[in-house]
Amino acid sequence: MSVIYIARSSAIASRVLAGETMVMSVLDSTFFTLNEVASAIWQAADGVTPLEEIVTRNVCPKFDIPQQEAFIDAQGFVRELSAHGILHVSDRPIPEAVPAASEAR
Amino acid sequence: MSLLHEMNEKAQRHGIPLSVHIDVTYRCNERCEHCYLDHEDHGEMTTAEIKGILDQLAAAGTFLLTFSGGEVFLRRDFLEIVAYARKLLFNVKVKTNGVMIREFQAQELWRLGVEQIQISVYSHRPEVHDAITKLPGSLTKTIRAIRFLREQGLKVTIANVLMKNNFDDYKGTQALAHDLGVVYGLDPTITPKMDGDRSVLDLGVAGSMLPVVFHDETLVGDAAAYCAPPPAPGEDVMNGIPCSAGHTSCYITPYAEVFPCVQFPIVCGNLRQQTFEDIWRNAPQFREVRSIRARDLTTCSSCSHVGTCSRCPGQAYMEGDMRGPSTSDCEKSYYRTGIPSENMLRRGLAPPPSVGLVQIAPAPA
Repeated sequence: MSVIYIARSSAIASRVLAGETMVMSVLDSTFFTLNEVASAIWQAADGVTPLEEIVTRNVCPKFDIPQQEAFIDAQGFVRELSAHGILHVSDRPIPEAVPAASEAR
Repeated sequence: MSLLHEMNEKAQRHGIPLSVHIDVTYRCNERCEHCYLDHEDHGEMTTAEIKGILDQLAAAGTFLLTFSGGEVFLRRDFLEIVAYARKLLFNVKVKTNGVMIREFQAQELWRLGVEQIQISVYSHRPEVHDAITKLPGSLTKTIRAIRFLREQGLKVTIANVLMKNNFDDYKGTQALAHDLGVVYGLDPTITPKMDGDRSVLDLGVAGSMLPVVFHDETLVGDAAAYCAPPPAPGEDVMNGIPCSAGHTSCYITPYAEVFPCVQFPIVCGNLRQQTFEDIWRNAPQFREVRSIRARDLTTCSSCSHVGTCSRCPGQAYMEGDMRGPSTSDCEKSYYRTGIPSENMLRRGLAPPPSVGLVQIAPAPA
């Protein structure tokens, strides 16, 4: 299995609202809301931490999900957001990833 | 229901100011005849003050941020402010007249990730537009700016305030927007000056001219549905809030004052003396605005238009009672549907019906 690195696009607006993360592409105004599990992955998408490590460290213990199941779900989530250009995916670390949305609520 | 609408409802439940409008300056290079602002600088916020407020808004949960003025580009630090807002991941919209936008500014707005630019255009004809802005050559410069912005791929909306002096030009302005590949929006609302002076309202179109635009399907879509008589209001309408102002949105002046909305000039606090959180949570003015439900409105609660009217609580406040009607919206409801509002009936303001307002015409005998 190859290592996957993920980084948030700079062409997005984002904010956490009562546990959900709102993400809007400023390129095409596509609007997403991410649930708590997806938000945890999004917040950790710093371009240098492998997706598998994010899932192991930020998702499994917090949401009590088996590692393999969580990793498969995470890959699907990453594919969907990358298709809309709001998440960059690479098999190498991605420098200069944008900071995570401010934690509001 | 759209996702954004869902998030707005969630923000209301949690008391979060999802949308904030900041005027970074009241100074302007145009002198539009209908403008409600005093263009003198009475001590506008510094760059550091605005950045500090943006930090507070991000922490409060604000997502949608509109920068306006005055003319925003008269501030030399405007792009620095936008850059800071984008670093905080706000969705940023900019309102401008475009006169000072060249290729560089357009490139920077694109690079910084501004989601939308709204530009005021009053006519497709320079002699009409420039007479309203009182700045010779302004239409040419504004159109040039729109082209620069479009070349960058930015989303641009033309905002056309409709008045007596440009009423005959709105179709031409709409065609100009089409040619430029931008969205067109028309608004017949003229706002009293912030000091209460209502003389500018005389520039507005006569109510009897409004049916022309209300029945223009290029503007309103299905005109029959748009102009249909209002349905009887249910409990959900009567228990609903009249407007998002003060609930999920607010306005900040260049002098750090906080209002419920740009059109609702009741000072709820000043960010030079208090934190945003303190003003938003505790200002008695915000609490009063939030306490009002449609059933509490003094005249409108018994009006058939209560569920569909564009009633502006700020305009009502400017008329003397934030729970009362806003007469200009009563007129819009009347000229849209042909049915007088309760306020118009009580005040004897309903004009006799004209042919253009007949909803159901009996067959000739």
